[in-house]
Amino acid sequence: MLGLNRRDFAMLLLVAALALFAPFILNPFPTASGLSQFNAGYPDLMQRFVIFGIFAIGFNILFGLTGYLSFGHAAFLGVGSYSAVWMFKLLSMNVLPALVLSVVIAGLFALLIGYVSLRRSGIYFSILTLAFAQMSFNLAYSVLTPITNGETGLQLALDDPRILDAANTAGSVPVTSLFGLEMRSAVTLDLAGWSFTFSVGYYLCALIMLVAFYISVRLFRSPFGMMLRAIKTNQQRVNYTGLNSRPYTLAAFVISGMYAGLAGGLLACMDPLAGADRMQWTASGEVVLMTILGGAGTLIGPVLGAGFIKYFENIFSKINDSILHQWFSFLPDWMENLLVNIFYPFVGKGWHLTLGILFMLVVIFLPGGLVQGGQKIARKLGFGKKSNSDTPAE
Amino acid sequence: MSNSRFTRRGLLKTSAVGTAGLAMPMFFTSQANAFTNEPTGSTVTLGFNVPQSGPYADEGADELRAFQLAVEHLNGEGDGGMLSTFSSKTLDGTGILGKKVQFVTGDTQTKSDAARASAQSMIQKDGAVMISGGSSSGVAVAVQALCQEAGVIFMAGLTHSNDTTGKDKKANGFRHFFNAYMSAAALAPVLAQLYGTDRKVYSLTADYTWGWTQQESIKAATEAMGWTTINDVRTPLAATDFSSYIAPVLNSGADVLVLNHYGGNMVNSLTNAVQFGLRDKQVNGKNFEIVVPLYSELMAKGAGKNIAGIVGSQNWDWKLENEKGARYTGTNAFVQSFGAKYGFPPSQAAQTCYAQTLLYADAVNRGKSFNPCSVVEALEGFEFDGLGNGPTLYRKDDHQCFKDVVVVRGKENPENEFDLVEIVEVTPADKVTYAPDNPMFAGGDLGACNPGA
Repeated sequence: MLGLNRRDFAMLLLVAALALFAPFILNPFPTASGLSQFNAGYPDLMQRFVIFGIFAIGFNILFGLTGYLSFGHAAFLGVGSYSAVWMFKLLSMNVLPALVLSVVIAGLFALLIGYVSLRRSGIYFSILTLAFAQMSFNLAYSVLTPITNGETGLQLALDDPRILDAANTAGSVPVTSLFGLEMRSAVTLDLAGWSFTFSVGYYLCALIMLVAFYISVRLFRSPFGMMLRAIKTNQQRVNYTGLNSRPYTLAAFVISGMYAGLAGGLLACMDPLAGADRMQWTASGEVVLMTILGGAGTLIGPVLGAGFIKYFENIFSKINDSILHQWFSFLPDWMENLLVNIFYPFVGKGWHLTLGILFMLVVIFLPGGLVQGGQKIARKLGFGKKSNSDTPAE
Repeated sequence: MSNSRFTRRGLLKTSAVGTAGLAMPMFFTSQANAFTNEPTGSTVTLGFNVPQSGPYADEGADELRAFQLAVEHLNGEGDGGMLSTFSSKTLDGTGILGKKVQFVTGDTQTKSDAARASAQSMIQKDGAVMISGGSSSGVAVAVQALCQEAGVIFMAGLTHSNDTTGKDKKANGFRHFFNAYMSAAALAPVLAQLYGTDRKVYSLTADYTWGWTQQESIKAATEAMGWTTINDVRTPLAATDFSSYIAPVLNSGADVLVLNHYGGNMVNSLTNAVQFGLRDKQVNGKNFEIVVPLYSELMAKGAGKNIAGIVGSQNWDWKLENEKGARYTGTNAFVQSFGAKYGFPPSQAAQTCYAQTLLYADAVNRGKSFNPCSVVEALEGFEFDGLGNGPTLYRKDDHQCFKDVVVVRGKENPENEFDLVEIVEVTPADKVTYAPDNPMFAGGDLGACNPGA
């Protein structure tokens, strides 16, 4: 259906179901229980899951298909955010023009950087993109302060023109909306101790993520995707057969840049602020981690990886020592303190450490990422597909 | 390979499923709360969002200690600290409005984005009614805007930029800490007295909202007394080595270096400057001097003996009551309970965060509601005393506290590792007060209080 074969369509349905029921899936623990610390089903984090999912899907189109490792993708994310916020400031609080502009600008920017960087491949390409991204970061951080507001970040103000919107009399900055449907409006469903929040912003992001995912599936299965894979396998051979590979890689780079721009624009739609640190090299590194952690070259891997990293960043970083003390309070004092001292370095501000260890474990034992882990489990349980159990799921 | 055949039945099926899925959340109605995160149980949750990594991590750690202490005191544990000296007597150790105080913490990473994500999770997931903290003005401005949109109160921690209560002020945001304008106003007379009225200034400035406004304020105040500014160089917040910025100072003809740096930045730039021998230089027949407008004990500790003789300003100092008398009552009570719990005296960041938590709790009690609009009403124009800074006013026009400013100097021979600065002078509040429409604070609008929901 929808031009997909059965397996891909099943995967699309799976992603759709996950996205649709995320508020339930991510809130497995009752609100009052001690384990509610691990609930991730609140709008802001769910939005981040799908937005960084889009970012990683786009990155995977470049890295997973062509093998070109871009270390500067955060630049497009940042450009997308700045374009969106400027749209909110100048034109209207409607998210549609903002998203369109962020995709277009990021695409143009990617065309420019890609045109130069793709003259080289391998490590040189990575370094070039990294250099461009750092240049953009520094420009946004200090040189272009009038446009980007530097370190403080670009924000909305009461006296912005917003020429398409009615005059603002409310005394507070208007909120982003889609034709009047406010992004931040949400409804809460209380069911016997559980509390589930459904927010408009999240479902818009999820819908866009589904479309992005669908497009990426079609790309993977298209002749164009096959060309990109050929380039990854042996670019020289492609060249010797008389094909010019550069238009293909450039197209992949621009598409992937547009995905990043879309993600950046969405970030700004959900929370109208654009900061320069979105463009820093650490942010570029993060999307590489997401893709590898989830499984580079697989369809669903980047989404999983994005969710995994954002979960750690937002949930583990908030566990402090007093929460640990609560958990172990049933134990004798000395044992409680001992356990807290053992666990404390791995939570709170030490969440990077836990993530690092997990990343190491995944790379060593599951080179195919989380997707490979899922396949292994499935095979153990007897769901394995006999015919193609060795090819990674795509 | 692709096959793009859309069948009519397939399309109908898919769209029906899709529409049903999309429409599902609309069946539920939103809860009828009067305001965001109205506490309904026997507890109330506050969110403490501080930098636990990055250049301001030391300040963040100290802020967190103060928050924990404040929550203990509000819940009636510990010795009560400033509860007994605070001029408003609504806090009796039974929590806030009879509800036990709980708190959640987060890491701002000194980045606006991460700080907002962390604050969002406190509001959306943990149900925090008040967010406090932040050791960077960039972060404070960003989180303050978020709190305004979400409909919770923001009690700013350590943020010194004029913009926090100037261009970027918000109705739901309040600042107890002093600001760059006050620093400059307090420092200028002392500098004139110490170094004369004919000086040439070269300044290095952290490149973000705080650095900009502080440089602007210092420039205006020192030029008013006859100094001239030769050059101002912006440095990135993430920089750790400042030698390339210090070298040009030597031949610039300047005889004063102003470091508009804070935290780790200041420790590094001051160390670089001293290593380049700036302190021992003679320029224009005068001793070369270094000024650090915003000072803290934590930075003095980091900079070691390089800090000796360097002048700056502080919001508060733990020796204030001992040296300057009972006007600053509360100081000793706070230092006592902080020292008893942690084993060393609190920094000014800790004091402002502790005071902010108490002020919020008291405002809720006085207004008899957690509703942000009631809190705003209770805090606007509130005059109080006994929180260590002397008589203080929360001004209605911009939600800024007006109180005395402490001018300090690094001790030449510190007796112990906690007593690194000496108090030169305490500038009374009326000397640092400015009109709400001062050009350095113009361009913003408080807007209306937002209770959310």
